Amino acid sequence: MDKTINQKAWFLVLPVFLVVAFSAILPLMTVVNYSMQDTFGNNQFFWNGVGWFKELLDPSTDLGGRFLASLGRNLLFSAIILAIEVPLGIVVALSMPRDGWSVAACLVILALPLLIPWNVVGTIWQIFGRPDIGLLGYTLNSLGINYNYVSNEFDAWATVIVMDVWHWTSLVALLCYAGLKSIPDAYYQAAQIDGASRWAVFTAIQLPKMNRVLLIAVLLRFMDSFMIYTEPFVVTGGGPGNSTTFVSIELVKIALGQFDLGKAAALSLVYNLIILIVCWVFYTVMTNAGAERPVKQGAE
Amino acid sequence: MARIDLVDLAHSYGGNDAAPESFALKPVTMTWRQGGAYALLGPSGCGKTTLLNLISGIVTPSRGQILFDGADITPLSTQKRNIAQVFQFPVIYDTMTVGQNLAFPLKNRGVPKAEIDARVKQIADLLDLTPHLDRKATRLTADAKQKISLGRGLVRSDVAAILFDEPLTVIDPELKWQLRSKLKALHRDLDLTMIYVTHDQTEALTFADTVVVMHDGRVVQSGTPAELFDKPAHTFVGYFIGSPGMNIVPAEVRGREARISGHPIALSRSYDTLPPGAKIEVGVRPEFVDVAAPAPGLLSANIERIDDLGRVRFARVRIGDAKFAARVPPGFSVSGETAGLVFNPSHVHVYADSRLVEGTA
Repeated sequence: MDKTINQKAWFLVLPVFLVVAFSAILPLMTVVNYSMQDTFGNNQFFWNGVGWFKELLDPSTDLGGRFLASLGRNLLFSAIILAIEVPLGIVVALSMPRDGWSVAACLVILALPLLIPWNVVGTIWQIFGRPDIGLLGYTLNSLGINYNYVSNEFDAWATVIVMDVWHWTSLVALLCYAGLKSIPDAYYQAAQIDGASRWAVFTAIQLPKMNRVLLIAVLLRFMDSFMIYTEPFVVTGGGPGNSTTFVSIELVKIALGQFDLGKAAALSLVYNLIILIVCWVFYTVMTNAGAERPVKQGAE
Repeated sequence: MARIDLVDLAHSYGGNDAAPESFALKPVTMTWRQGGAYALLGPSGCGKTTLLNLISGIVTPSRGQILFDGADITPLSTQKRNIAQVFQFPVIYDTMTVGQNLAFPLKNRGVPKAEIDARVKQIADLLDLTPHLDRKATRLTADAKQKISLGRGLVRSDVAAILFDEPLTVIDPELKWQLRSKLKALHRDLDLTMIYVTHDQTEALTFADTVVVMHDGRVVQSGTPAELFDKPAHTFVGYFIGSPGMNIVPAEVRGREARISGHPIALSRSYDTLPPGAKIEVGVRPEFVDVAAPAPGLLSANIERIDDLGRVRFARVRIGDAKFAARVPPGFSVSGETAGLVFNPSHVHVYADSRLVEGTA
């Protein structure tokens, strides 16, 4: 059959093209444009080439120092919350009931923190942790533990981490629970017959069967914690000092606090690039893990 | 290696208080002898998988006992029962190689490494899995995976019995009989008790030397394939085994004569003491009824169609409202819509309330 040539078909693509152009391409190009220039206000711009990018990656400059320090803090933060939330989520999922009315109750309770807006989560913990009126802060201090997230770096980190664990472990647990539910009973029965211990059941059946949902959980939690802004900003405002200033907080400080549009644009492009690369790596790993399956059948 | 006795064993998923009629397995007492090849045959939902899971310990019985060589093992967990079970869908451990899969039950029981290796090698040879030992188990086909499941059972030297829960469901037809003959060979070589659950009569009759037929939570007959064919103890057995199944038609029986729709049929035995009030039926396999030209002395039937199975032809007929199947003798050509039926008296059985009645000679 001959292909019908109908140029009017472009009109069908046009709306999407326009929406994408205005929502993604134009703003991105604006940022690229800003990242190459410097401004001293009054809408006056001067060409700066790749100067900002050079500065950004050079720790001896002010911009580079701040960016790399916040990037380091952010990676440390992501590593810590992943190290806590993933195992904890698995444990929670494993200890959930498999059937009965209690399943629904558990699911609702688990879902609750996920339904609370970031801003509110931050406010809850900001008040909860205050030494004068917060239940947590007051209790800790009256137990003789000197806890103050406003003045102590360690306390600030601990608060932000516990808050994130409280907020997001549910997501990992729910994903793991879905993975666990999809394991047929025969596997458990076979393991019983094979005399497997609880630990052997976990390592030989449950963990391998959960690996795909776990990958998704790790990806989601990494992306989210790497982009974290609202919660630590509400609780600590990035302090004390710069101790809880993560990349996004630094970015907002530069862009809106100092109105250094060029620096901020360069930073956000690099930030974006890091996220894209991590996404791509995860995506590749995940599709490769999935691609194993179809090959298996014909292998014999 | 063990003899397995079931003593008044019953199970209800609704607990012990459930009405007796709702029990998934109604009380059964029977013995599985050491080294036997058994098939548990019955339609879906007849309780055969429940019975299997009770023996393996996956399900704890509501009442009754299970004895291995006379010792009560009812309260023991699956791990302690020395039972192997192969499931409907192959269960393999994804992250392990074929060899590690086979070694898993031994590793869990703390068997020394050298012994595990020797044993795994031996079982892999037996199941033709040796070339795959170092491959990931997930990369194999369904039948190879099912062999691994079986191998994990065989690898333990202390195993009392191997239970199969419809193990060939997911296997391609041409591989089915290969795997089944493999099982037969293993059974001969290893002298293991094997219990094979299936709803496929061909599978049951070719695999087992004793077939246990279950219906509605009850064991209705257990016997050799020939016994089940020649003398079904229950109308269900007659109907379920054989293709086509046994003809069961209501009749009046008196002495050595049965009357079907008022027409007399001779019986080879005498039935004088039939339980009063019971529903009386006669059963005869299509193989033992021949179609003939209509004649005054013969029971006449309306021919509906002829099924040509190649080796043999069966006529599907109607006697009044009752459906009936009968053999068409070689060389006989059917003409017209009615035919006479010639019964072989020694294969006509009498059933009272669905159970076989033994006549007197």
